[in-house]
Amino acid sequence: MVEKIQIAHIPDDLPIYVACYKDVQNASFLKQQLLAGNQVYNYAFVDATTILSRQHLLAAAFRALNDHIHDRLKSNNVHSEIVVCLSSNNNIGDAFRRFGIQDSTKDLVIVKVGLSPEFASESVEGHLKDAIEGTPVPFDDAFLRQTCDLDKLRKTYKLGKPQQGKTVMNGNGGHATDERSDIEVQVLGLMALRGAT
Amino acid sequence: MSTTELQVQATDAQELIHLLPSPFTNTQPAPELLTQGAEALVYKTHFLTPAQPAILKFRPSKAYRHPTLDARLTKQRVLAEARVLVKLSAPDVRDAGVHVPGVLALEWDVARKVKNTGAEVERYRKEAQGAVSGAWILMEFVEGSSVKDLLRGVDGYVKGRAGSGNAVNAEEMVVIEQEVKGLLRRIGRAVGALHSKGGVVHGDLTSSNVMVRPYRKDHGLVNGDGDAHGEAEEDRCPNLSGDVVLIDFGLATQSTQDEDRAVDLYVLERAFGSTHPKQEGWFDAEVLKHQDGYKGSFKGSNVVVKRLEEVRMRGRKRSMIG
Ligand SMILES: Nc1ncnc2c1ncn2[C@@H]1O[C@H](COP(=O)(O)OP(=O)(O)OP(=O)(O)O)[C@@H](O)[C@H]1O
Repeated sequence: MVEKIQIAHIPDDLPIYVACYKDVQNASFLKQQLLAGNQVYNYAFVDATTILSRQHLLAAAFRALNDHIHDRLKSNNVHSEIVVCLSSNNNIGDAFRRFGIQDSTKDLVIVKVGLSPEFASESVEGHLKDAIEGTPVPFDDAFLRQTCDLDKLRKTYKLGKPQQGKTVMNGNGGHATDERSDIEVQVLGLMALRGAT
Repeated sequence: MSTTELQVQATDAQELIHLLPSPFTNTQPAPELLTQGAEALVYKTHFLTPAQPAILKFRPSKAYRHPTLDARLTKQRVLAEARVLVKLSAPDVRDAGVHVPGVLALEWDVARKVKNTGAEVERYRKEAQGAVSGAWILMEFVEGSSVKDLLRGVDGYVKGRAGSGNAVNAEEMVVIEQEVKGLLRRIGRAVGALHSKGGVVHGDLTSSNVMVRPYRKDHGLVNGDGDAHGEAEEDRCPNLSGDVVLIDFGLATQSTQDEDRAVDLYVLERAFGSTHPKQEGWFDAEVLKHQDGYKGSFKGSNVVVKRLEEVRMRGRKRSMIG
């Protein structure tokens, strides 16, 4: 279930590996490993309820990798930077709190950057199998649609309320995919503008 | 380096790579240069995968390449454009009828450094240094064609039919004119929504900076031959249906002043007059004063259209003197 992804424009020797888990039981343990700086747990652990779509997460990974190759990370390493890059403001603690793993996290998106050649999908998969108590699921929009908390996301990015009556206009009832792609464009823009003065 | 030197260089595919900012020097397939203005290079490329087309608008900042520009100015312009685009991509603004390309990624200063992580990234940094510095916006690619190409396509079609001895008859002509007028009203409405709901004046409204994007097929709104769109083919009349999308916000400002809005309309009117003399006569009635155009698009539109008369007068006086 670990997917290797080569993000466009990023050098070939920096692929990323993405895995998703639901019903995670040991979130607080994982969070502690991050806080303790345990190198074995050097991953981006993202709370899946804050992710709109594959594109949303991959856009953050793109910025983190680009900032990495230009040597201007805001945080400790490229993995924590992926979490920072999901945010629209420059406060790192705030980004970790909003997008990173919490004690209560049940659904996880995990990203590993292949910084050296020994990170093959298999080795990432092997480690995660032991490390994560949860059910692996594919990294796809179907999973993220189930888990994403749109109201929280609107607040996080200060997007304002969804328009009343809009779904009536579609004649489609609550057309959730539309609402997602509706806000996705602006979310990507806000992430790209982070830190601009 | 002068613009002509830049052009000479740009004709050489190898050299072109060196006019790209990092990380687009890695990009496969390489970005394709679309236009080269005085200040910006516009490339067609893609976002996260080659299947997602995107536009890279790059403003090189090296003094020796573009002596007239300094880096700070470049940065401010790119950021101003990006901020306006992000503001306008809010769902409620789009629902009001403002369509713009969304911002996908952004660079305002390649050299900005937050901290050094050490030798780990040395090799990438070396590569990056070889690239041209400057500021860039990666934005959504807008499918479709500019209003300029569409209207020229319509003229070409009518002319072509006449030339081939199969001239457009009166009935057909009415249909074509209705289509064109409908498009002009939609342009007026889009600019009105930009001014009112968006709180932005564009600053450089021309028929090249207004595009028509065919409705997406999955909405079931495309009327058949989306492929005929914009092609200046003489045996087919261009399909004018689709969303009016505004591009090139390089000179845009956040303003709700009637004067700024009126000047925006004046710029568009003048651009129309010089590029589309055939349709110029319709500009006032369709773009501006039609209930489905600018006038009907927001409450304060009357005041702006009134103000436009003053702006026109000033323009005439100026051209008489100067
Ligand atoms: N998002 C887009 N989608 C499709 N085509 C685009 C897009 N942005 C720009 N283009 C094409 O590239 C051309 C040049 O772009 P643009 O007008 O933004 O650059 P410019 O005029 O050189 O910039 P500026 O006036 O800000 O210095 C446009 O006329 C259009 O044909």
